[in-house]
Amino acid sequence: MPGKIHVQTTINGASTEFLCEARQSLLEVLRDVLEMTGTKEGCNDGNCGACSVIVDGRVVDSCLVLGVEAQGKKITTIEGVASPDKLHPVQQAFLENAALQCGICTPGFIVASKALLEKEPNADEGRIRHWLAGNLCRCTGYDKIVRAVMDAGQRMKAKR
Amino acid sequence: MTTTSKPKTKTNGKSNGATEFKVVGTRPIRHDGLEKVTGQARYGADIHLPGMLHGRVLRSPHAHAWIKSIDYSKALALPGVKAVITADDFAALSGKAIDLGEGAMTNPRFLSNNILAKDKVLYKGHAVAAVAAINPHIAEEALGLIDVKYEVLPPVLDGKEAMKPGAPILHERLFTANNPFVRPGGLKDDNDKSASSNVASHFVFEIGDLKKGFAEADIIIERDFETKAVHQGYIEPHSATASWNKDGRVTIWCSSQGQFTMRDQTAQLLGIPNSQIKVIQMEIGGGFGGKTLVYLEPIATALSKKTGLPVKASMSRKEVFEGTGPTSASHIRVKMGVKKNGKITAADATLIYAAGAFPGSPVNPGVQCMLSPYDIPNARVEGYDVVVNTQKTAAYRAPGSPAAAYACECVVDELAEKVGMDPLEFRLLNGAKEGTRRVTGPIFPKIGYIEMVKAGKAHAHWKAPIKGPWRGRGVATGFWFNGTGPACAIASVNSDGTIKLVEGSPDIGGTRAVAAMHVAEVLGLKAEDVHPSVGDTDTIGFTSNTGGSSVAFKTGWACYEAAQDIKRQMIARAAKIWDVKPEDVEMKDGKFAHKSDPELKFTFKQLASRLLNTGGPVVGRAAIDPKGAGGAFAMHIADVEVDPETGKVQVLRYTTIQDAGKAIHPSYVEGQMQGGAVQGIGWALNEEYFFNKDGAMINSSFLDYRMPTSLDLPMIDTEIVEVANPGHPYGVRGVGEVSIVPPMAAVANAIYHATGVRLYRLPMTPGVIQEALAANSGAKNGPGKRNGKKG
Amino acid sequence: MAEKGPKARCLAGGTDILVQLRGGRFQIDRLLDVKNVAELNELSYSPKDGLTLGAAVPCYRIYEDKTVQKMYPGLADSASLIGGTQIQGRASVGGNLCNSSPSGDAIPTLIAHGVTCVIAGPKGQRTVPVEEFCTGPGRNVLQPGELLVSMKFPSPARNSGANYLRFIPRNEMDIAVAGVGAWVQLDASKRKVASARIGLAAVGPTPIFAREAGKFLEGKEASQSNVEEVAEMAKKAAKPIDDMRGTTKQRVHLVGVLTKRALTKAIERAKEG
Repeated sequence: MPGKIHVQTTINGASTEFLCEARQSLLEVLRDVLEMTGTKEGCNDGNCGACSVIVDGRVVDSCLVLGVEAQGKKITTIEGVASPDKLHPVQQAFLENAALQCGICTPGFIVASKALLEKEPNADEGRIRHWLAGNLCRCTGYDKIVRAVMDAGQRMKAKR
Repeated sequence: MTTTSKPKTKTNGKSNGATEFKVVGTRPIRHDGLEKVTGQARYGADIHLPGMLHGRVLRSPHAHAWIKSIDYSKALALPGVKAVITADDFAALSGKAIDLGEGAMTNPRFLSNNILAKDKVLYKGHAVAAVAAINPHIAEEALGLIDVKYEVLPPVLDGKEAMKPGAPILHERLFTANNPFVRPGGLKDDNDKSASSNVASHFVFEIGDLKKGFAEADIIIERDFETKAVHQGYIEPHSATASWNKDGRVTIWCSSQGQFTMRDQTAQLLGIPNSQIKVIQMEIGGGFGGKTLVYLEPIATALSKKTGLPVKASMSRKEVFEGTGPTSASHIRVKMGVKKNGKITAADATLIYAAGAFPGSPVNPGVQCMLSPYDIPNARVEGYDVVVNTQKTAAYRAPGSPAAAYACECVVDELAEKVGMDPLEFRLLNGAKEGTRRVTGPIFPKIGYIEMVKAGKAHAHWKAPIKGPWRGRGVATGFWFNGTGPACAIASVNSDGTIKLVEGSPDIGGTRAVAAMHVAEVLGLKAEDVHPSVGDTDTIGFTSNTGGSSVAFKTGWACYEAAQDIKRQMIARAAKIWDVKPEDVEMKDGKFAHKSDPELKFTFKQLASRLLNTGGPVVGRAAIDPKGAGGAFAMHIADVEVDPETGKVQVLRYTTIQDAGKAIHPSYVEGQMQGGAVQGIGWALNEEYFFNKDGAMINSSFLDYRMPTSLDLPMIDTEIVEVANPGHPYGVRGVGEVSIVPPMAAVANAIYHATGVRLYRLPMTPGVIQEALAANSGAKNGPGKRNGKKG
Repeated sequence: MAEKGPKARCLAGGTDILVQLRGGRFQIDRLLDVKNVAELNELSYSPKDGLTLGAAVPCYRIYEDKTVQKMYPGLADSASLIGGTQIQGRASVGGNLCNSSPSGDAIPTLIAHGVTCVIAGPKGQRTVPVEEFCTGPGRNVLQPGELLVSMKFPSPARNSGANYLRFIPRNEMDIAVAGVGAWVQLDASKRKVASARIGLAAVGPTPIFAREAGKFLEGKEASQSNVEEVAEMAKKAAKPIDDMRGTTKQRVHLVGVLTKRALTKAIERAKEG
């Protein structure tokens, strides 16, 4: 059986360490080793975005990152989007705009949207749709999701 | 908890009785929203148990083959592997048609054989064996060590081909039923010596005089249509975790559309009483019909039994495509005749639906719904359910109706054009009303088809001009009869005046909130003061599947009744406290008062705080099996632009109009309308099961099974029409399914009006469109009558 | 890498290789993470030497780079088309090239720009013109123990412009059914073409350098009818197969359409620049 590698990383601001095999993806590590099941598996090959996390400021599919590649990185998952005392504007906007039905894609969308809006709170509908094209949703038809992201952008602008 | 979305509902119908609601019709934040936006909600695969093993399934590489032998000794010897199972680990079950219980929705032997193949594999991806190991990687390695010897047989992949003499036969003893309501199919009785066939069911419905009807027609059109298998495409793959405890009792954690179905089917397949199994419903990441039956639950259970440890079995996306249940491919012929004035005089349709490896295509619902938007006095519809060597089909949102509506609504569009009528006027002239008889027999009660079409006519989208070359507008309508079934609810009054509600419907799209809103409305409470949860099979009474657009109807109603029960008990309690007669106490807007003595009053909260000291807790209950589910109609308007050089279609604007009876939570009704429309757009333009000649699906990933992304779509505008369903306390009609019925025809008609070319096959991919345009290059760019002028 | 031969492979973004490993396309013992190797992460430009693009530089770094946007917009086109946002956060143009898929979205652009590949191995360094790099579906000239270090783009010539276009059934996230990368340099008058290169994706066992099609334009007017002629020649250079993503007929047709459009856009950019 392959040996395990020790990895030291930062997840949601907390220093974290774990053991994993070389063949385990970051997605698998998050869900099965660290039991952080907020990040979801939809396809395991980079085509649905349900596993989106932020690594060193870039939103990526964690199914296509190896667990060992987390070494020394700063990772944000859905569990780290809210502050201890309140939701992130993107999360609040998703709730108020009814932008989820089954909710399985929601963590991926929230992480990806947060990454966009923190750089471009003014992103318009076209930019939002383009940015989120790697996140599949089968329930909503995207309408309420896009509206929620635009709404969140406005809130984040107002805060600045 | 607040709501900020501006209501976009236009209501032009009244609901039963109450003309003003306090909670129904508002948009509270859903009760399970917080956990879903923070990643705390636990879906099917989000469970870890001590000692848990991981299950993986070995699947057939052949579309049709005898299983000669299975040798899994090497797999079992791999370190870390704890058990291997095959079909031999399941109970032996009768598959004979004659042994099916009344109203059976499944044939237990066919179900069992689909989950683990016995004797024969019938499609590429058919499960053959399963392994439990200490981690999923070892389990997958072990699959490679299972030696299965096959004798490969020629496959048949198409319904029409499977009906031809000499076609490969899937089940030697398949019974051909002529009763359309025996959907699951079965095997012949032992003394039945009739020839083998792939036709599981064949039936005809007819009303009026078809010959006379066509003789009266001035224009007759007959067209052949073809659609491919498409998948529900839920983002959450199947996952089930089972623990077979030392006392023989089983606990299963899974996401599904019905915990009771999971329990009962698993019990049947394992040969144990269903009371021995408890199914705990996890959150579900989409279903659309594809999770209304077991796949991994019996496998995880059998592996747990063999290993003595909990086992979690999950599917990969490839397995979801190749091993679960897409909807049927179809061949549909429609012939329709109209008079010069546009009145339809006759219709004749034949639907051949491919069921996949085992019987049970949705051809009957397709037959039920196809012509239902119209009043056609002379009609005949014939249905065939045919087995082929592809995945066994499962329900997919209004099963059977979308493909049928595609065919019917394209023909209607052609006829409307031929008689020179606006397509909405054509529908107003021919539309079904209260009293119209459907070809399959039922007479419509109060329905909203005409109101819906009128709303479409008045809609800004229909009135907006569509300008520009290669742009066109299409419209289509559709029907779904909606279902119902048993549902239970238990509601307890907390001492702080809130309500704890337990109901039995897995929440796929916001139905917990809808259930809570029913209770809040009855009791005069705020929606957020009712705390809903979905019970497991031990904690709530039997509740039928979350499907058939039935939850707001049946579970909403059960919650309504449970709340009425609370109301009665609370009134009696107030009366007891005040030492008066209950008839003299009334409850209004959540306040209890004596009808004549103004001193005697309680708020709900006050009375709730006194319950334990004045007689004990108040718990309301309901266990119902309500009838009167109202059918639903939908109408879609699509504007498209076609790139004539590449055949690429852009959807520019899209509107859905639907009769919801009463929208309890309009945001979630809108969500159903939008979601179904977008699935239909994908079905229309890009989605299909692509098989090679050996019957292997070669596009079994989200890369090549192309569902719409956010960049492929505009906003989806919605208009909710409310013609109350007299059969429900608040007038609810199911909304979840009919939204997928019109889109393919709406898009096909739009493409015609943009290009002058009609397409009779789905999907209408760019290559198909570009070739059709090149073949039709004599026609000018364009537009049907809808370009540059309002509808 | 020399020690393990084909049992060792490079890992840059991982967006192709991890999927292939899980799908059992090949078995390996070692993955070499090259993201920390300085030369493979270089993204630098000088007017004399042109652009040096390290093999592991991820797409988002490429299209967010102001110099690339200004000087090599065709490269920015390609880098922003590979997958979606998440993929572009990891995937690299070098990886796209080494994956050597006939439909690699970066490769026609590299061909059109006349890129040179810098390869390092146990025997030292060597260079290969990019149009010779891919040798078959999934195969290339890298020998056991070699890896791609960087790609060198010539300094942008005066009055030159480039564009990459591909056809996909959706608007994002698809593999190209056909792709065309076009690069032109106009003469001083900006009316005639001094030099042109066309690269094609997804229409042959490797991406194709449509040499003759590009050569045809040399010295000719940058006119609509000449562009159409080039498109016809590009179609002849295409040798596609039928598969589930497209038929031969459709792909050849699309090469014509895309060549026209990409070349027109390249000419437009050349006139502006």
